[in-house]
Amino acid sequence: MKQKEGVIKPKTKRAKRFLDNRAPKLTENVKNVMIMKGGNTSMTVTQALKDIYALKKPSAVLYKNITFKYNVFIALPFPITNIFCLQEFFSKKTDSSLFLFGSHNKKRPNNLIFGRLFDFHVLDMIELGIEKYNSLSAIKNSKCPEGTKPMLVFAGEAFDHDDDHKRLKSLLTDFFRGPVVPSVRLAGLEHVLHFTALEGKIYMRSYRSLLKKSGCRTPRIELEEIGPSFDFVLRRTHLASDDLYKTAHRQPKALKPKKKKNISHDTFGTKFGRLHMQKQDLAKLQTRKMKGLRKRRGPAAAAEGETSLKTAKVEVE
Amino acid sequence: MAACSIEDLLAKAEQDEAEKLKSITVQKELDLEFDIGNLVAYDKNRIDIRQFREQKKEDFLRSLARDNTQLLVNEIWKHPTERVEEVIVVKLPEPTTPLPREKPPPKPRPPTKWEEFAKLKGIQKKKKTNLVWDDKVAKNELHRLRNIARAQKIKVPGVGLTPIAQQSKSDLARAVNVAKSSTASAGKFQDRLPKEKAPRNTGKKRKFQPVIGNFSNEKQRQLDLLKVMDSKKPRLDVNKAVNKQMREVDREEAAAKFKKGGKKGRKGGNFSGKGKGGGGKGKGKGRAGGKGQGPPSGKKGAGKPGKR
Repeated sequence: MKQKEGVIKPKTKRAKRFLDNRAPKLTENVKNVMIMKGGNTSMTVTQALKDIYALKKPSAVLYKNITFKYNVFIALPFPITNIFCLQEFFSKKTDSSLFLFGSHNKKRPNNLIFGRLFDFHVLDMIELGIEKYNSLSAIKNSKCPEGTKPMLVFAGEAFDHDDDHKRLKSLLTDFFRGPVVPSVRLAGLEHVLHFTALEGKIYMRSYRSLLKKSGCRTPRIELEEIGPSFDFVLRRTHLASDDLYKTAHRQPKALKPKKKKNISHDTFGTKFGRLHMQKQDLAKLQTRKMKGLRKRRGPAAAAEGETSLKTAKVEVE
Repeated sequence: MAACSIEDLLAKAEQDEAEKLKSITVQKELDLEFDIGNLVAYDKNRIDIRQFREQKKEDFLRSLARDNTQLLVNEIWKHPTERVEEVIVVKLPEPTTPLPREKPPPKPRPPTKWEEFAKLKGIQKKKKTNLVWDDKVAKNELHRLRNIARAQKIKVPGVGLTPIAQQSKSDLARAVNVAKSSTASAGKFQDRLPKEKAPRNTGKKRKFQPVIGNFSNEKQRQLDLLKVMDSKKPRLDVNKAVNKQMREVDREEAAAKFKKGGKKGRKGGNFSGKGKGGGGKGKGKGRAGGKGQGPPSGKKGAGKPGKR
């Protein structure tokens, strides 16, 4: 899709469907990841990028050959404006809203920048340095099938107390959670990604969970390490301003669950609802006919008695 | 004794339950927070750094992961399950962690020019029904069934009136007449409405002379025919000639008026010219046919010569 001025009008139905898929929607698609390399990359970084690409296979794009020529600007302090333009271009091309940028230089060895975009502009960027790394191929175990939705676990107090870590938690959830589905096959809960925040470092481990028989319905979990294992150290961050963050979280009204009206509960938990009736003429109310109580052409006293009985009957009804 | 044994039984049952659940219970200081919609668990417990350093790093991390995953799985298994095509699936709730969107929410598209105009004028959208009854289709259907009947030699009631959507006065009159005469005595004893007129054009459409009848009459007619064929001069039908003359005068005036009008007039003039030609020819033929053979179609009667 070229960056043209003006509106691109689709000429075929297929093109129209394609453009509609990429247009802003109420419930959004899975977020795509762009994985790219900087000017200089070490073996570690390249391998790491490949592994993460393997983890996120269907919804990830790995740019093998594209290296940013403006690596001079990489040394500039955050934000890296040139990189931004290129990123935006590529993200529009592949409709990605997450990116992973790997680079290596003396000052920042084995650098990975995780980032996300909102409306094709950078929202958050967090730089993590790889201290120790074990690749997928180094750990010899049978792997999970591609595209399994992983279970994520975040352990450590830092993820709750520190702002940067909180954003990192949100970013990593966004990164690795996969498509949002209404139901999941129980036997398919195989992949577990475990993040531990300890002493300023973040340990990422990837396991395969085996569901063993236990006495009851819920199985016992045994873990087997498979995928890549990283020891990250948190370097620089570029987080979105509060209002931009708030705008990004704004959900359309249509997605809010509709509140059911006319339901109220009392202290005992009984469900109540109000019935709204038209005004009724009690004199013309249809009641049970009791033959014996019908008006008879008799003495007045008897008639009075009957009418009083009738009114009582109405109240009961 | 009995009381004792019941207590024992209960205690034993509890113990058994605990045993069963032992394999899946995990002891934690703080309960984990879960977001089952995203399959995420948050463990806020303090991690014992000393233990971390004593043990091998990987083992410590693995046991921590195992415990947390066990708790997460326990939570997932609490949710309702259903069977979909021989596979057991668990129904996940909505995700609870607020995550930023990819793109801003869609804006409602601006109304088109027509929509704005309609709103201004208060025009409401009318829904068209898909199917509309068409008399041609009904007629087609009728003919099709009749063909089938003919092919299979099934007896079919005779003359019908094909249904027509917009019935004119004559159609209705015809329908009434047909209905009237469809009685056992062919409509002879049907009463007529006070202002109803007697149907015209009933009866035989053509009258043929009997084959063997009045010989002299037949001879006379045939001789007349030959006389007309022989004569070189075309016959003059006064009525026809006068009518033609009047018509031509009218047409000339009309043509003159249209010519003033311009292009449109010219077109109209054309049509009138055609009509005149066709009408003249047709009339000539028709008339001639009625009284035996008239003049050949090429020539026109003694009308105004020259001008078409």
